[in-house]
Amino acid sequence: MSSGSHHDHHEDTLAWRVQQATGVKLAHCYQCGKCAAGCPVADQMDMPPCQVFRMLQYGLPQYDKRVLGCEGIWLCLACETCSTRCPQEVEIPKIMDFIRGEALRLNLAHPRSKDILAFHRAFLDSIEYTGRLYEVGLVADYKVRSRHFLKDVMLAPKMYIKGKLGLLPHLIKNRRGMKHLFKQTIGKG
Amino acid sequence: MSRIGVFTCHCGENIGATVDCVKVAEMCKDIPGVVHSVEYKYMCSDPGQRQMQEAIKEHQLDGVVVAACSPRMHEPTFRRAAGDAGINPYMCEMANLREHCSWVHEKGDATTQKAADLIRVLVEKVKHNEPLHPIKVPVTRTAMVIGGGVGGIQVALDIANGGHKVVLVEKSPSIGGHMSQLSETFPTLDCSQCILTPRMVEAAQHPNITLMTYSEVEKVDGFIGNFKVTVRKKARKLDEKLCTGCGLCIQKCPNKKISDEFNEGLGTRTAIYVPFPQAVPNKPVIDLQNCTYYKTGKCKVCEKMCPTNAIRFDQEDELVTLDIGAIVLATGFKLMKTDAFPEYGYGKHKDIIDGMQFERLASASGPTSGVMKRPSDGKEPETVVFIACSGSRDRAKGVPYCSKICCMYTAKHAMLYKHKVHSGKAYVFYMDIRAAGKDYDEFVRRAIEEDEVKYIRGRVSKIYEEDGKLIVMGADTLMGGEPVVIKADMVVLATAVQSNDRSEELAQTLHVSYDSYGFFAEAHPKLRPVETNTAGIFLAGACQAPRDIPETVAQASGAAAKVVGLFSNDELTREPIVAVVNRQAAPVYSTCVGCFLCQGACPYQAIEQEEIKARSGEVIMTLARINPGLCQGCGTCVATCRTKAIDLQGFSNEQIYAELMTL
Repeated sequence: MSSGSHHDHHEDTLAWRVQQATGVKLAHCYQCGKCAAGCPVADQMDMPPCQVFRMLQYGLPQYDKRVLGCEGIWLCLACETCSTRCPQEVEIPKIMDFIRGEALRLNLAHPRSKDILAFHRAFLDSIEYTGRLYEVGLVADYKVRSRHFLKDVMLAPKMYIKGKLGLLPHLIKNRRGMKHLFKQTIGKG
Repeated sequence: MSRIGVFTCHCGENIGATVDCVKVAEMCKDIPGVVHSVEYKYMCSDPGQRQMQEAIKEHQLDGVVVAACSPRMHEPTFRRAAGDAGINPYMCEMANLREHCSWVHEKGDATTQKAADLIRVLVEKVKHNEPLHPIKVPVTRTAMVIGGGVGGIQVALDIANGGHKVVLVEKSPSIGGHMSQLSETFPTLDCSQCILTPRMVEAAQHPNITLMTYSEVEKVDGFIGNFKVTVRKKARKLDEKLCTGCGLCIQKCPNKKISDEFNEGLGTRTAIYVPFPQAVPNKPVIDLQNCTYYKTGKCKVCEKMCPTNAIRFDQEDELVTLDIGAIVLATGFKLMKTDAFPEYGYGKHKDIIDGMQFERLASASGPTSGVMKRPSDGKEPETVVFIACSGSRDRAKGVPYCSKICCMYTAKHAMLYKHKVHSGKAYVFYMDIRAAGKDYDEFVRRAIEEDEVKYIRGRVSKIYEEDGKLIVMGADTLMGGEPVVIKADMVVLATAVQSNDRSEELAQTLHVSYDSYGFFAEAHPKLRPVETNTAGIFLAGACQAPRDIPETVAQASGAAAKVVGLFSNDELTREPIVAVVNRQAAPVYSTCVGCFLCQGACPYQAIEQEEIKARSGEVIMTLARINPGLCQGCGTCVATCRTKAIDLQGFSNEQIYAELMTL
């Protein structure tokens, strides 16, 4: 027998990188659409999860580029409704997460991802410094990062009256532990 | 001294291209005991066989080695030819030069040398071969068919019309199976009961068929042609000979609110009941779980009412042992229930039903007399959603296979609904339409084109209830996965076809193999589709894999032909490749010490205990004896035997050692 089988051959496609990083086999998806059918944000997506999969399955650069640049991957909430119901047990959110990372790395991310990223970062900042969600800090941080200073500003008084906005952060006891956690994970990346 | 002939085959290019056959034939001439060695392009052809037969006579050969393809391919051919030339067929062996040499090696001297070595090994074996004679066993010409659905009925009728006795065993009170529950059948839309019930009556009245309804197979002993089957006749609690089937007991039974199995829970029945009006035999049974008398000790209304005094409350189950020559398994399937779907409400919504329930709703003999009424409130559903592949092709639900019949019956259901409710809207969610069969695709197209059923390609992710409507959340993958939401009045799930409850238990009772889903396994997926690995046991219908009616009936007739073919013999001939416990002169009798380790190891229950008795009748020793009718020649006992008292005929230890020592 000659060494190696035809399965060893690969090109550096997004599909291959996805499979290497997540261990999810894209060929398992048989395009039933159950993911798109149950997805709470599918109607907002430019490309629902099943179509993301279809494009990945081709392994062609032009489709890879469209997947990396689409908005849908940024709208995914990672709620895992799709993977819970997937008849082929494909872990879709895991792949969405990886593709988002690739889109950032290759500088192909959809323009709307900026706001979403700003929110994610603001959220993580709040956790890192207070150990909890500090709403006012989060809002301020997000507004600075996204530059949407006046958006939704009229909601603030209502929320304040209802006690949803604490002005001072509640701190956890072991904040050093939290910092250490961040250093060990995000800090290394 | 042996006189052995070696016949080397080129198998066209298959062997000839890599092995130097001419040289091999020359080399073989030097093997001690070989008196004749030739090669030929196609040994299996008529001139090739004749050449071998002439050589046997001319050189007075007493053994033959044919160096050609696999013995699985042509051993019977060459053994027959050798037998016709006057030597014992089992003195002919095959060296596999094709699969074991030419196909797996490059051309070269080493390959040619290996071919010669393979032949040398077989020559050494033939020197130690003993003439063997095929084993003959008698045949009981009575067949047993297990399962009285359309498949079982067809098998029974075909065998009975072939002139042989048949016992048809059915676990429920009536024969008819799933087909008796159906409304109309694809692709012709003829009424299921109208075509089935005449067959049921024919089976019941056929002089060669004995019906055993409300009975189950308990135990199977014996072997092909000579099975002993124990059947449990469950107590109907009435004397079938006296009962006239007048139905007065059923009318008067006070316990009327029991969920009706025949109507899939959509109707009710009494505690003493016949499953459906056309049941065969039309004799009631008493349901022990629900009968008031068995629960409280009081009632016996049926007994008082019965004009022929046929009710027998003290009747017990009866065990009957029958001599059977062949068994056909036709035990059918079951449908996955709607409660297996958490995303579709775990079966808690009354208006989410399975395919069989829809059949009962659409059937003229059903709980609504064929009028479309949804189960929850009896309203006519204005929008119905049909979901194909519910549970099928769904790894997560443990059913990765295609249930095969759903595409067709879903199209039929949608069509029947549209025929009954002209203004209604029917939607079908599907993944693929698998309509391969005579007039099948035309049937699906008819549903789409003429009856305007809307087909949507996609799976449904969730169904929930809102304001009396079922909200069906699907997606259309032909529109790029766009979410589709339909407000339906009723949803029909084409749930997966699964192997019957207790099919694995039955397979173990009969020693037939089954797959990981509980379907019985055929002996060969292409060439022996109706036989099992156990000789004398055959398969028909959906107990083997999901099947529709035409296929089941065709396979049933195939199985019947196998049984009739088997019964055309006075006795059966079997290959003598069986294990034998040695016997020696007194006072040793055998090297078997009677430990019976082999008995536990034998997978075929072929080993029995034999007592050696003196003339006085006193037992001297107990030895193992192998029933040649049951032994399949696997050799497990040979490996287990501590005293080397067992040998496999045709593959004795001596023969194998001789082969190895010559290498």
